[in-house]
Amino acid sequence: MTYIVKPKNHHPLLERNELGLTRRDYEGAVSTLCAGCGHDSISSAIVEACFQLSIESYKVAKLSGIGCSSKAPAYFLNQSHGFNSVHGRMPSVATGAAMANHELLYLGVSGDGDSASIGIGQFIHCARRQVNMTYIVENNGTYGLTKGQFSATNDLESKSKYGDDNLFPSIDLPSMAIQLGASFVARGFSGDKDQLVPLLKAAIAHKGFSFLDIISPCVTFNNHNTSTKSYDYIREHNDSLAKPDFVPLGKEITANYEEGSSIEVPLHDGSLLSLEKLSEDYDPQDKISAIKSIQESQRDNKVTTGLLYVNPDAKDLKEILNVSDTPLNAMGSKDLCPGSEELSKINLSLK
Amino acid sequence: MSNMDTRYLFKRYNTWWVKLAVPKDLKEKLGYDLRKSLKTHDLKTAQDLRWEVVDQLRNKIDRAKGLEEEQKIIPNVEEFVPPTDTSNPQYYHKVVDCQHACPAHTPVPEYIRQIAQGNYNEAYMLNWESNVFPGILGRTCDRPCEPACRRTRTHEKAVAICRLKRVTYDYKDDIASLIPQVEASNGKKVALIGGGPASLTVARDLVMMGYECTLFERDGKAGGLMRTNIPSFRLPEEVLDEEVNQVLNLGIKTIFNSEITSMTNLLEENFDAIFVGTGAPKGRDIKIDGRQEAEKNIHIGIDWLTSIAFEHTKSIGKKVIVLGGGNTAMDCCRTSIRLGAEQVKVTVRSPFDQMKASEWEIEDAMGEGIPIHDNHVPKKFIIRDHKLVGMEFEKVEAVFDENGKRSLVPTGEDPVIFECDDVLVAIGQDNAFEWIERDCGIEFGEWDMPIVDKVTFQSTNPKVFFGGDAAWGPENIIWAAAHGHQAAISIDKFCQNEDLYERPEPSTTLVSQKMGVHEWSYDNDISQARRFLVPHADQKESLKDLKMEVELGFDEKMALEEAQRCLNCDIQTVFSEDLCIECDACVDICPTDCINFIQNDAEENLRNSLRIPAINLNQEILVSEELEQTSRVMVKDEDVCLHCGLCAERCPTGAWDMQNFLYQEAKVYS
Repeated sequence: MTYIVKPKNHHPLLERNELGLTRRDYEGAVSTLCAGCGHDSISSAIVEACFQLSIESYKVAKLSGIGCSSKAPAYFLNQSHGFNSVHGRMPSVATGAAMANHELLYLGVSGDGDSASIGIGQFIHCARRQVNMTYIVENNGTYGLTKGQFSATNDLESKSKYGDDNLFPSIDLPSMAIQLGASFVARGFSGDKDQLVPLLKAAIAHKGFSFLDIISPCVTFNNHNTSTKSYDYIREHNDSLAKPDFVPLGKEITANYEEGSSIEVPLHDGSLLSLEKLSEDYDPQDKISAIKSIQESQRDNKVTTGLLYVNPDAKDLKEILNVSDTPLNAMGSKDLCPGSEELSKINLSLK
Repeated sequence: MSNMDTRYLFKRYNTWWVKLAVPKDLKEKLGYDLRKSLKTHDLKTAQDLRWEVVDQLRNKIDRAKGLEEEQKIIPNVEEFVPPTDTSNPQYYHKVVDCQHACPAHTPVPEYIRQIAQGNYNEAYMLNWESNVFPGILGRTCDRPCEPACRRTRTHEKAVAICRLKRVTYDYKDDIASLIPQVEASNGKKVALIGGGPASLTVARDLVMMGYECTLFERDGKAGGLMRTNIPSFRLPEEVLDEEVNQVLNLGIKTIFNSEITSMTNLLEENFDAIFVGTGAPKGRDIKIDGRQEAEKNIHIGIDWLTSIAFEHTKSIGKKVIVLGGGNTAMDCCRTSIRLGAEQVKVTVRSPFDQMKASEWEIEDAMGEGIPIHDNHVPKKFIIRDHKLVGMEFEKVEAVFDENGKRSLVPTGEDPVIFECDDVLVAIGQDNAFEWIERDCGIEFGEWDMPIVDKVTFQSTNPKVFFGGDAAWGPENIIWAAAHGHQAAISIDKFCQNEDLYERPEPSTTLVSQKMGVHEWSYDNDISQARRFLVPHADQKESLKDLKMEVELGFDEKMALEEAQRCLNCDIQTVFSEDLCIECDACVDICPTDCINFIQNDAEENLRNSLRIPAINLNQEILVSEELEQTSRVMVKDEDVCLHCGLCAERCPTGAWDMQNFLYQEAKVYS
C-alpha cells in the first residue's frame, strides 16, 4: 500500500480517446493491495480497455463480492457505479441490476474464493442465464486475505507457501462456463497485458455472458517455487491459443497475419475480434474443441490462455425473457404498476 | 591470500558481482563493462560461482567480436541497446537536470532539501563549495539551471532555484566555523590578475591547499564586474563585501589600485603560476554620425555603471536613451531612472524575442515603466547648438535565409527620432589584452584572443592560465566560478609536475532512501503549488533610491513552499534486474508512464515503441539487462519521471529502489 496519492500529473504526450479523456481519467483510488499483486495489473488492464473503447464511466456498474479481488473495483473507474455485495452473491446482484437497467455495462469482479467456493452456485446460474455482463475472476489460487489457505482453484500438485500438500483437485472455471452455456469464455494472465487488454475489450463488446478467468499471482502467498500460479510458472507453462486483436466498429484491421493463420470473429455490435492462431486445430467457435484443448493442456501441465470459446450469436437473458426494450428503471409507476383494472383484465384472460 | 582473491569480483548493494572489462572497440556495442550479480553476499560462495559467469560474459564478448559461428543466427548486437552503465557517474548526473546544466555543477536538489528542513547553514555551505558566492549568485545568476528544470517539462514553470539560493544566504547564521581550515603553506606562489569571480575562485581553492596567493586589482576593492557592473539595487554592497571578504580573509594577499601593465614583467617575478581573470572590461563603442560632437553626453554602459558604483557619477539628463538589449542595457536604464531621469527608453536592433537580456531582467525593467523599442537601428546622433538633442533610428525587420542566418532588413518606413539628453551605449563588451606582450610566450588566435586549452585553461605559456570572461569572452558569474575550479586544479597539477589532462574524478555517493515499507528519507509527494513570486519593495520608494534592493527575497514560509516544488531528481530510480519478477506493478503505478518492459531493439526503434515514445532525445533512456522470465528488457524514459518513488513503493521485491545520488564536482582540495 502507498501513503502518497498518485500525482495527478501525466505525461504531456499521453494519448486521448474519442471522448477527449486520457487513460488517467479511468483510474480509481490508489490500491491498498500488496505491492506486486496481479489484481492491480488487471485493474490497470480494465482501465486501458475502457479508455481504448472510449467508454463513458457513468454508464458502467462495477459489482463485486468479498476478497482481495473484490476490493479491486475501488482501484479503477472511480466515476462509475459500484456495488460491493455479500460474499459470493455478486451474480445475484448483477442479475437483478441487469434486469432493472440493461443499459449499463456490468463489470463483475470476483475471485476464486468468491466464485469457485462460497459463490459457485450463484456463478453457475448467472452463466446459465446468460446475464449480459463481463464476469472477471481474478484467480490466484489462494485465500490471500486470510493468510494463504488453498482455494478451490489451486492445482492438486501445488504446495502451499509453507510446504503443505493440496489434497483436492482444482475446479476449472472456464470449462464449467463453457459447459453451462456462457457465450464468451477466455483465460488471461495478469502479467501479459498485450493479450489481456484485447480480451477484455472483446469481452466488454460481446453481448451475453462474457467470462474471463484471469490468473493473477498472489505475490505474498502464492508466488513461491512450488506454486502453479506464480509469475514464473505461468510464463513457463503458458500455452497461448491465439494472439488476439480487437478491432472496434469502423476501424481498419491493421494486424497483418500470414494467410490461413488468422480467424476473425465478428461481434454483434459490428466490431471484430481477430485472432492470430498459434495452434493448428484451434476453432474458438467450437465448444468441443475448446474443452478438448483445455483438457489436453491440463494433462501436459500447461495453462491454456487466450479466447477459449465464443458464440457471437447467442441470446442474452433479456432476449430469452423477452423483456421490454425500455429499462424497467426508466418506466413510470403507471407502466410498472398499471392498476387493479389491468390486473382484473389479466386475471379474466386466464380464466 | 586466496581468501581475498577478488579477481573479476566487486561488491555492490551488499552483493557480489562479476565484472568484465570490455575491449575498447566493443564499448559502443556492449558498454564499459559487462556485469552480473551473483546474488550472494558471501565472498567464498562468490569465488566459487564466478568462473561460470566469467565464461558466460567472455562468450558474450566473443560473440560481439564475431568470433563465433553463432553470430549468424543471433541478431547483430548493434541492433540492441546495451544495458545502461549506471556506474558511469555521468549517467545519473545527467538525470539531475539542474545540476548538470549548472556550469559549477552545484548539487541543487540537495541544498533545496536542506532549505526545506531549515538547515540554511548546510544549504549555504553546499553552495559555497560549488559556486563560492551563494548570496551574490542568488541575486544575479543567469540561472542556466532553471530552463533545464524538470518542472518545465512536467508542470510548466521551473523551481525558483536561483532565489532559493538567495534564501541560503539570507537565513544562514554565522558560518565562519564551517569554512574549512586552510592548510599550511606549501611554498608555491600564484599571482591572480583581476579581482573578479574567476580569480577569487582560483584563489579560494588554492589557498586551501597552502598556496600563497597574491591578487592584483586595478580598483580599490575586489569583486570585479560584480562590484562595478551590477547595480546595488540588484546586489547590495554588504552582500558583495561579505562574500568577497570571506574569500580574501582565508589569507589572500591583495594589492589594490594596481593595474598590471606588463605580463613580461610579471613573469619575471617569483610566481610559480599566473592566473588571468581580467574579464572583458572594454565596452563596445558605436561609430555613427555625431558621435564626436556629442561625446560629452554619450557614455559607455559598463564604464558608466562603474563610475556610479564608485560614486564618481551621481546624475544624468532628463531624457535618456539606452542602446542595446543585453543585461547591461537593463541595468543602465534602471539605474538612469534612479538617478533622476524622467524619460528612459531602451532601443534594440533585434526583435524583442531575440534580445540577449534574461527574461526576468527585461520583465523588471518593463515593470519599472521603461519602454523597449525593438527593431530600431541607430543611425545618427542629432546635434543642435553643439548639444545632443536626439537620435535617429531606422526601422528594420529580421529576415532569416534558408541557413537560418539572420539579417536585419530596413522596412522602408520613415526614420524614427527620439529626443534625448544622454545616451548609454550597452551593445557589447570586448577583452583587452594590450598589457600582454605578444612575445612573452602566450600565443593569440582569432579575434586577438589568447589561445587557451578548453580542458586545462592553460595558455601556450605553461605558467599562465586564463579563466572567466578573459578566457573566451563574456559569460556570467557562474561560468567564472566553474572556470576557476578547473584552473585551480590545473595550476595545482602544474606546480606539482603532474599531467594536467589527468582530471580528478567527481566524488559520488549513491545511498538508498528507504526507511520503511512506504517511507522514504525524502518527501516524495509532488507539490502542485505554482511557482512563488519573489516580493518586491514598494516601487515608488525603490525608484528613488539607487541602493534600495528591489527584490526582498522569499520569507521562510514561501521558501519552504517553493523548496517543496523541487522534484528531487537526484533521488534516482535504481533498477536491479536480478530481483525483478516482471509483475508490472511499476508500469501500472507510474503516473507519467516512464516504465516499459519490451523486447530490446535498436535505440531509435526502442524509443519509438515505448508506451509513450521517448522523443526527447536530450534525455536518456535507462535500459536493463535481459530479464530472466521473458527475455524482455526494462526501459525507463528519464524525461518526465517525477521521482515520486511509487515504482519502488509498489515493487514487491525491491528491484526498484530510490537512491540519493550526490555528485560533487572535483575541487583541487577535495
